[in-house]
Amino acid sequence: MISKDLVIIGGGPSGLCAAKMAAEAGVDSIIIDRNPKLGGQLIKQTHMFFGSEKQFAKTRGIDIATKIFTDTRVYSDLIEIWEDATVVGLYPDKVITILKQEKYIKIKAKAIIVATGASEKVLAFENNDLPGIYGAGAVQTLMNVYGVKPGNKIVMVGSGNIGLIVSYQLMQAGVKVISVIEASPKIGGYKVHASKLRRFGVDIITSCTIKKAIGTEAVEKIITVKLDEKWEEIPGAEEEIAVDAVCIAVGLTPLTGLLSMIGCKMKYVSELGGLVPITNNHETSVENVFVCGDASGIEEASSAIVEGYLAGLMASKKLGKVHSNYDELIKELKNQLDNLRNGPFGEKILHGLKKLGG
Amino acid sequence: MRIEEHPILEFRKERKKINFRFNDRPVYGFEGDTIASALHALGIKKISHSINLHRPRGFYCAIGNCSSCQMIVDGVANVKTCITLLKEGMNVKVQTNKGELYDK
Amino acid sequence: MLDKDGVATIEQVRSRFPNQDIIVKPKAIIECYENIPCNPCSTSCPFDAITIGEDINNLPTLNFDKCIGCGICVYSCPGLAIMVCELVDDKVRFKISYEFIPLPKEKEMWYAVNRKGEVIGETLIEKVTLTKRQDKTALIQVLVDKKLLYEFVTIRRKL
Repeated sequence: MISKDLVIIGGGPSGLCAAKMAAEAGVDSIIIDRNPKLGGQLIKQTHMFFGSEKQFAKTRGIDIATKIFTDTRVYSDLIEIWEDATVVGLYPDKVITILKQEKYIKIKAKAIIVATGASEKVLAFENNDLPGIYGAGAVQTLMNVYGVKPGNKIVMVGSGNIGLIVSYQLMQAGVKVISVIEASPKIGGYKVHASKLRRFGVDIITSCTIKKAIGTEAVEKIITVKLDEKWEEIPGAEEEIAVDAVCIAVGLTPLTGLLSMIGCKMKYVSELGGLVPITNNHETSVENVFVCGDASGIEEASSAIVEGYLAGLMASKKLGKVHSNYDELIKELKNQLDNLRNGPFGEKILHGLKKLGG
Repeated sequence: MRIEEHPILEFRKERKKINFRFNDRPVYGFEGDTIASALHALGIKKISHSINLHRPRGFYCAIGNCSSCQMIVDGVANVKTCITLLKEGMNVKVQTNKGELYDK
Repeated sequence: MLDKDGVATIEQVRSRFPNQDIIVKPKAIIECYENIPCNPCSTSCPFDAITIGEDINNLPTLNFDKCIGCGICVYSCPGLAIMVCELVDDKVRFKISYEFIPLPKEKEMWYAVNRKGEVIGETLIEKVTLTKRQDKTALIQVLVDKKLLYEFVTIRRKL
């Protein structure tokens, strides 16, 4: 069995930033990611990011991924990377089991950072399992990573940032976005994203949801229905739309299976996306098991980056290697997180964190 | 269904063609494709079935979370085709049951 | 209504424009109506004309005296919410961001489009700029009729 001081599960922005900070403190780590390429969801984000310069604002997500990844390569003697490797188990004695190209490997770690990100939520409606009905992130992956169009005429269900951004990216890939429908009476994401879509001819329809999908081998039509102020279907307010793909952008939920497996105390907090670990400064209830990024609560990439740095600092301190700028960095990074969460969009997160007891 | 030109991204034009089989049909993809993306580019959206009612299924999440894309690849069942890179000569079949451990 | 359909009201739009005697020189019009954590417009402006402050959720304020309408903020805004405008006789010259292909070509006539995506007239493509620094966001300089000053927001190819 391999022994390692620090194992980071997940090579997205949070995991990569955690590794970098831990390396700066002199800690040896392995980043394990099940994808062929690291960078998490950033590798498919073609739009410019928000936030401040410290979180790479104005830089396109794909370029942020490259920058963060390159940052870790500066410490290639300390940070080992295992791609195409899936962590399949996390045990209370801090043994991590991995499936790497048909080999089953075990690692015993002194500290673990779980940065596994999130999974797309599903929406319940008739025939929602037809081929051609994809998560919006899936469509983004298909288009921006593999260069394949998901269809030619699409309806986007959900007007949060993911729904709005992916709709724009669909148009950039040459796909017609007929409309974005949103069950709530208000648009969920940033209004600048919504305004962009409207000026390019995409309808945004609130108080409207998808009722049914129709098709034999794949989706061919959908039925949408308008909702009243109680979110109930308005009888007769249905519309049939011919499509060849549907994107479901109804939110993300943290991927926390491994945390449950190792026995972390968890709590269901809807504002954070679902089941999340109870933490104290990024450490879960299991000693030396840390969490950061979307796995600890759904937020933005900017927050995932800052949380990654924080988890890296905390974990390395626990391992007895305190970063030379520890106090300054903790203060600065917590300040950045506060700043990111200060506006109206941060209210939900702050509320959720309060519920969690953090 | 491949994107040729894109305002932000550059898709490499001269990518190596990869030949493989889908349900015993000779098909192809390109270097860098996953099995699922190569099939999708060919217009093949139905890649699995639900176990009891045999309802057609495609992928949903494309990043290995939902298990909707599992197919039999080179005799091995339950392969998540959305995160498995395409290789020359792969034999890909639609799985119609829970999957068995075949001999390779 | 912005919350319901993503379209700013005429009052909101006008609130971003200075008096017409100011836009005889090119000035940025920043249509950022919502508090979101974001400040690249402020940090990109080489003339310090845009202020956001410590709390990056603040809305940007533009100092029209300092602004020379260079357009750097236009391609730096992650929300693509900024344009430059300049009154030229009975016309308005706009500089807008554009991220689709194929790009327009100089001297082409395209449709002028409003915030609802409706065609409101025609526009002449004067200049198309896409430097490496712009990182794939093109800057399109167009000329429209002055009466479309508060309506024009983007262009659409004539089929």
